[in-house]
Amino acid sequence: MDAASHRDGIEIARGVHWIGALDPTLRTFDIILRTANGTTYNAYLVRGETGVAVIDTVKAEFADEFFARLESLARYEEIRVIVLNHLEPDHTGALPELMRRAPQAALYISTRATSMLKALLKPADGVLEYTTVSTGDEVDLGGRTLRFLHTPFLHWPDTQCTYLVEEKVLFSGDVFGCHYCDSRLFNDRVGDFRFSFDYYYAHIMRPFKAQVMDALRLIEPLPLATIAPTHGPILRERPRRYVTHYRELSTSSLSDRLDEDTRSLAVFYMSSYGNTARMAEAVYAGADELEGVRVSLYDLEGGEIGPFVDLIEAADGLAFGSPTINGDAVKPVWDLLSSLAVVNLKGKVGAAFGSYGWSGEAVRMIEDRMRGLKMRVPVPGLRVKLIPTEEELAECREFGRSLALALVGPREARVIELADLA
Amino acid sequence: MPKAKVTFEDIETTVNVPAGTRVIEVSEKIGAGIIYGCREGDCGTCMMHVLEGWNNLTEPSVLEEKVLRENMASRHDRLACQAQILGDCRVKPA
Repeated sequence: MDAASHRDGIEIARGVHWIGALDPTLRTFDIILRTANGTTYNAYLVRGETGVAVIDTVKAEFADEFFARLESLARYEEIRVIVLNHLEPDHTGALPELMRRAPQAALYISTRATSMLKALLKPADGVLEYTTVSTGDEVDLGGRTLRFLHTPFLHWPDTQCTYLVEEKVLFSGDVFGCHYCDSRLFNDRVGDFRFSFDYYYAHIMRPFKAQVMDALRLIEPLPLATIAPTHGPILRERPRRYVTHYRELSTSSLSDRLDEDTRSLAVFYMSSYGNTARMAEAVYAGADELEGVRVSLYDLEGGEIGPFVDLIEAADGLAFGSPTINGDAVKPVWDLLSSLAVVNLKGKVGAAFGSYGWSGEAVRMIEDRMRGLKMRVPVPGLRVKLIPTEEELAECREFGRSLALALVGPREARVIELADLA
Repeated sequence: MPKAKVTFEDIETTVNVPAGTRVIEVSEKIGAGIIYGCREGDCGTCMMHVLEGWNNLTEPSVLEEKVLRENMASRHDRLACQAQILGDCRVKPA
């Protein structure tokens, strides 16, 4: 049955229906994602002997379609439970109206979702009733058991999955989703959506690979008949393939590590007169003196952003060299530093250096940017006025050594004054 | 001005600071592993664990208590962007 031809719910398992909405003309999602095929906002209705559960809702503009499909299956007073697997507005847009129409329904959210729920609903009297749930918690709908899986950071802190035990359906939220609208709904009936699936992972889940692995440890042991995500096709034909694929996508970048104890340092630079390039080579040489650090040197002029982002994702430490032109770091450096939202940088070691002619602001600006990206900046930046002398190149080598030391230790306890850090 | 020592265990570094200094002012400069999000006590990203000297930090505000609770903080966790150092303490990323 084609979802575009009517506004009824569509059965995905016994007593479980899709009550979502189609958005085929969307071309840009949430500023950062493009989609050639629009998207769907998937919501679901589960009927038990003692009540009905609604799992997620849709974007506000699509509420009419959602309510029409819901009304084809249930009366509002039958709704006992509303589960929110993820509170982003594309899944909670119809929530306020649903709560108005089904005021008796109890809200179930993850333990991390409380502040977001309050921000979303902003109740005038400050009173909001809800239940927070975590892995193993269950709701009984009468012969139907909803079991929750705590899967935070996929891709917000609040995210969770909900598993319908009896039908082996995993309501996975954005996990295993993609922006691909095809009104035939099911993965065995829609067009080829593999590109959209991988593109979605690369932009939404990639920064959270460690959390994906944690979630897979909960998901993999489950018997799975159907994966029902909040965007894109419902995965009922060999659903486990997608679980396996997520594991592959989340582990690939780890395979190029030399060994567990080796730390990698990537030195990126841009140079106009060759001075910052000479500094970069000296930083590289200094860092390379230490055992246990694999150092790589890259001229930003010679590469594309995409592969550099891959290198940054895999590196433990990053150094950026930039000259200062008109009081700023140069554009290729900013282009790279503004393309890193798709990877996890938390806790990586960062450093900046560069030659300058007059004022030399670039180094401090890059350091501030790296701190803003949640990196550690343990070695103060190094600036050289114009052409580096032999002594200054020796300083660059020492800077590289310090950076490598920050990666491999061993650290010796030290005591310093706050004033010395300025 | 009274001084205090704050030790960042992950990088084995102790800094002598004037009493009243916020942890964020020190940890960022020194490159300790505590990371920051909103920097105004709302997001919980900068949660740190206080290993010693819990009572040598300013008391958490009601708002900080709420954020700690919502982020499932364990006992002796604080927000580094809010806590001010009054006496010697030892901290690490939560």
